[in-house]
Amino acid sequence: MKSVRSPTLKVATKAPTGIAGFDEITNGGLPHGRTTLLVGGPGSGKTVLSLQFLVYGAEECKESGIFVAFEENSKRLVVNAESFGWKLAELQRKKLFFMDIHPTPDIVQSGDFDLRGMLAALEVKSNETRTRRIVFDALDVILALLPDEAARRREIYRLHEWLLARELTGIITLKAGGEYINTRSEQPFSFLHFLVDCTVILNHSVTLGVSQRNMRVQKYRGSSFDEDELPFVIGQNGLEVAVAHTPSRVNVKVTNERISSGIERLDTMLGGGYYRGASVLITGFSGTAKTTLSGAFADAACQRGERTLFISFDSDGSEVIRNLASVGIRLERYVKNGCLSMISARTITGSAETFLARIKTLAKEHKARCLVIDPVSTWSKSGNALTARSVAERLIDWSKANGTTLVCTSLLDEMSSQSEGSSSLQISKIADTWIHLNYLLQAGERNRGLSIIKSRGTAHSNQVRELILSDSGVTLTDTYTAGGEVLMGALRWQKERADRVANEVNEVAAKLKRVRLDAEEAELEVRVKSLQTELLAKQVEKELLVRTTESLKGEISQGLTRMEELRGADATKPDRK
Amino acid sequence: MQPSPIGNELTMSSQIIFKFRLYVAGDAPNSAQAFANLTALCRVYLTNRHEIEIVDVFREPKRALIDGVFMTPTLFKLAPTPVQIIVGSLSQTQTVLHALNLEAVAL
Repeated sequence: MKSVRSPTLKVATKAPTGIAGFDEITNGGLPHGRTTLLVGGPGSGKTVLSLQFLVYGAEECKESGIFVAFEENSKRLVVNAESFGWKLAELQRKKLFFMDIHPTPDIVQSGDFDLRGMLAALEVKSNETRTRRIVFDALDVILALLPDEAARRREIYRLHEWLLARELTGIITLKAGGEYINTRSEQPFSFLHFLVDCTVILNHSVTLGVSQRNMRVQKYRGSSFDEDELPFVIGQNGLEVAVAHTPSRVNVKVTNERISSGIERLDTMLGGGYYRGASVLITGFSGTAKTTLSGAFADAACQRGERTLFISFDSDGSEVIRNLASVGIRLERYVKNGCLSMISARTITGSAETFLARIKTLAKEHKARCLVIDPVSTWSKSGNALTARSVAERLIDWSKANGTTLVCTSLLDEMSSQSEGSSSLQISKIADTWIHLNYLLQAGERNRGLSIIKSRGTAHSNQVRELILSDSGVTLTDTYTAGGEVLMGALRWQKERADRVANEVNEVAAKLKRVRLDAEEAELEVRVKSLQTELLAKQVEKELLVRTTESLKGEISQGLTRMEELRGADATKPDRK
Repeated sequence: MQPSPIGNELTMSSQIIFKFRLYVAGDAPNSAQAFANLTALCRVYLTNRHEIEIVDVFREPKRALIDGVFMTPTLFKLAPTPVQIIVGSLSQTQTVLHALNLEAVAL
């Protein structure tokens, strides 16, 4: 028999819980075939976690389960569980069984007793249904009935032995206030902690009026686990544990696809737009048009036909739409055709974790490819200061893993300095593109300035541009730099006008000069012509003179010969020898 | 133990039969103790007017499941009504008598 040699490899060592994040921190789930102790105060989520474990086992792992309820009525449990979308009624027929073991108030207790009856009954039930998972919810209720510590100890051993012998993956939940957990002396049933293979502590506290849930794996025999206290939420689908780094982050598909920011010139500044799946942070004081910029992005996304989720923490969705319409960003049509979903997050209350869980759910429901959160800085409000940052980080991780393009705005505190690093969430460090909006106070005016502080992987403009909002839309304009200062608004306009006037003057002067030169040229041409005429006249005169002279000479010589002839003189001439 | 005259009178006047069902877990010590305590109590207070049925949860676990018996030993007083359930080894006689409404007899 070969399988005998390495049975540990064949047997599944972990029983997955299906709880987002929990299986990651425990490297796969609860110890298979072993017992896990779940400790927490009232309302800390023990029952929900246990139920989720059973439901997941029944639905996904083909492991049927038994829920032993010592405290809550199973009928009520089923009704409560429906709110998480778990179809317990359906599962109850085949895969999931409830056993109510509540000591009713009229039960009289006299003397010692044990839990053999329960185990005998469970034995029957578990054999009948081939149970692999079992939960003992609120075991402390029944243990409290036992007369003394020795009896409690005996019954816990009995239960534990029974579970181990049958290789059932068990959860035992115990009630304990947060203060119990750290003081060993007061810890109820403390030896149970040593007995079990895994202990998970759930904590529910209120910080500045905001409910915060945390869980910690205290021990886990034979497995590595995340030892930190991690926040979790009880969301619409059950528990969700916040894991700092989602493993899926590693497999993020990186794309070179660019998508428009909704403002043409901003795209140019970014060398083509945002990257698909990037996270963009827009910081600025209130009124610096952060919402407008994110609205422009949503508009562009919807124009491309991409489903977009716009979460506004400041104002109502319809208010945002109205306000954006005043600058030519018309989002109403996209809301009507279902492409855009406007959510007012003022209605979501609770911790930053709750926000994140809600946003994830909303984005999933809407199948959003683009996500706008305006502003994300709300998270760091009272009570959330500690968790908000890690929540923001996880939001970015999550959107990256999903390829969702995320635009979030962050309000800078009025009191904080101009230095951009004062974004309280410090998400600027992990955001891919960071656009900063600022007011430039100059010559009695406030003008909006836009600059790109960073944009990973893209060449981007280093210049501050002026952001102009008008009825027709949002545009960016070059700013004038004069004497090392950036000119905006009216000053820029003045400068532009001055330049225009100067240009005109120059043009006129050039024209004038040209006309003058033309005149001079014409004059010279005229002069050339008259001189040419004069030259011609002179030439003619000269020719005439030459001819006259020659004919005169001829006349003279002819005249002499004639005279000689007339005189009858000798043919010989003394001159022509 | 001799029953008191008053007790005798009372037992005479009410000839109701007490029906008990005791769930035990095999021969577990506290189960055996419960059985011993019950029979002793019946002998003293309910002479000749009691019936005891023993159910061993190991032999009849389904019955325990159906009847909702999880703690052993558990005593059901089925008659006279109302049904009364007592959990434990029945070692505290006073508590048991009170629960069975037999306190008057004990006095």
